[in-house]
Amino acid sequence: MSVRELDTALIADTVEALCVEANTTLPADVKAALDHAQAAEPWPLAKETLGLLQKNLCVAAEKELPICQDTGMACVFVELGQEVHLNGSLEDAVNEGVRRGYEKGYLRKSITADPLQRVNTGDNTPAFLTVHLVQGNGCRITVAPKGAGSENMSRLAMLKPADGVQGVKDFVLETVRQAGANPCPPIVLGIGIGGSFDKCAALAKRALLRPLDVPNADPYYAALEKELLDAINATGFGPQGFGGATTCLGVCIEQAPTHVACLPVAVNMSCHVTRRAWREV
Amino acid sequence: MQYRLQTPLTPQALEPLRAGDTVLLSGVVYTARDAAHARMAQLLDEGKPLPFPLSGAAVYYVGPTPERPGCAIGAAGPTTSGRMDAFTPRLLDMGLACMIGKGKRSDAVKASVVKNGAVYLAAIGGAGALMAGSVKSCEVIAWPDLGCEAVRRLEVEEMPLTVLLDAHGGDLYESGPAAYLAAGRDAL
Repeated sequence: MSVRELDTALIADTVEALCVEANTTLPADVKAALDHAQAAEPWPLAKETLGLLQKNLCVAAEKELPICQDTGMACVFVELGQEVHLNGSLEDAVNEGVRRGYEKGYLRKSITADPLQRVNTGDNTPAFLTVHLVQGNGCRITVAPKGAGSENMSRLAMLKPADGVQGVKDFVLETVRQAGANPCPPIVLGIGIGGSFDKCAALAKRALLRPLDVPNADPYYAALEKELLDAINATGFGPQGFGGATTCLGVCIEQAPTHVACLPVAVNMSCHVTRRAWREV
Repeated sequence: MQYRLQTPLTPQALEPLRAGDTVLLSGVVYTARDAAHARMAQLLDEGKPLPFPLSGAAVYYVGPTPERPGCAIGAAGPTTSGRMDAFTPRLLDMGLACMIGKGKRSDAVKASVVKNGAVYLAAIGGAGALMAGSVKSCEVIAWPDLGCEAVRRLEVEEMPLTVLLDAHGGDLYESGPAAYLAAGRDAL
């Protein structure tokens, strides 16, 4: 395969467009899950609340407003073919795209330069960039803005191998119960199981990129996703925590090999505004 | 029950509200979130006046997106209220009547709401575009350096809200799911 030259200006333009698209249009699978939940919800106040969330999506589209005011950390995922040659800095291009997208799209600037001294960077940079090197000469860019209301409710535990799948289930349910209404239910869960401490958290984040109508490829984990979804919805928290059948729209698990002594589990909490938009460049 | 309320709010106007009731709020609402609360606490420590009068006031925990030309405000849904818990009882004791946000509050905040005859209302979390519709004007009145966290004076009309904590100890986050689960066991 021949090496492809890729202009980083194109990457900046693409990230700019994806920042705006992701913040104003919900992915089709998340919208479908919300519509399905609203139709099936038996509890009147919950049905009404889900209806307001649907209406919010219409208003956002009509008035070119972000769906949610927390337009998030700009989480950018680049799957970069190893046969691609970039003519400049990938990191600079991604940050330039975020800077322009958040300015031109009237999106909120929510990033503080330092976690303790807390001065806003003013342009929503830096992006939270993850690069995966893959075979070939393609380049796929995903922008998944992540709000803090749900991010703050995320947790990671280094379980014992003896805790097994029951330990994982208990930890996930405990995380959902502790979160209550904070992450704006109905929630979406990205769960990482296995790997190391750091890789487990990354798995959970990556799990949120999978469409909700695509179950885990391994039937064992697909069944666990379904079981957890049902268990979370049985809590009765409901939309916004006001009570009802719809607490969770989807559970996505990503698993990975781990050490004989380890059973890491990470829950990356997301909300009914689980945003992602992608493009090949 | 649905109630129409107009700011400034009195304990008499808030007394009938119960967790689960809905409210259409009109009048003036001030925005303040993490950084603004920290600065207000510092002003109080120094014996200086706050950027807005607390008595009968409604505070909305929100950091809106920038407004497009010709629009009063951008998307403006609630942020998680629990992060303001450490500052809240002091403000309630000074006359703050109403908080608008989302998510659980501490036991200290719940007790202070009851003690002061105040109320904590929910705006729909994640429905930023929808919530913007009830904001008629928006003006930054303090700390523009805080960007989305600056204190803003909003004029709102019939802002749709739900009572989470009432002055009688009611908590929708407990009673709502409990009512659903109880009904579910019987009929649903």
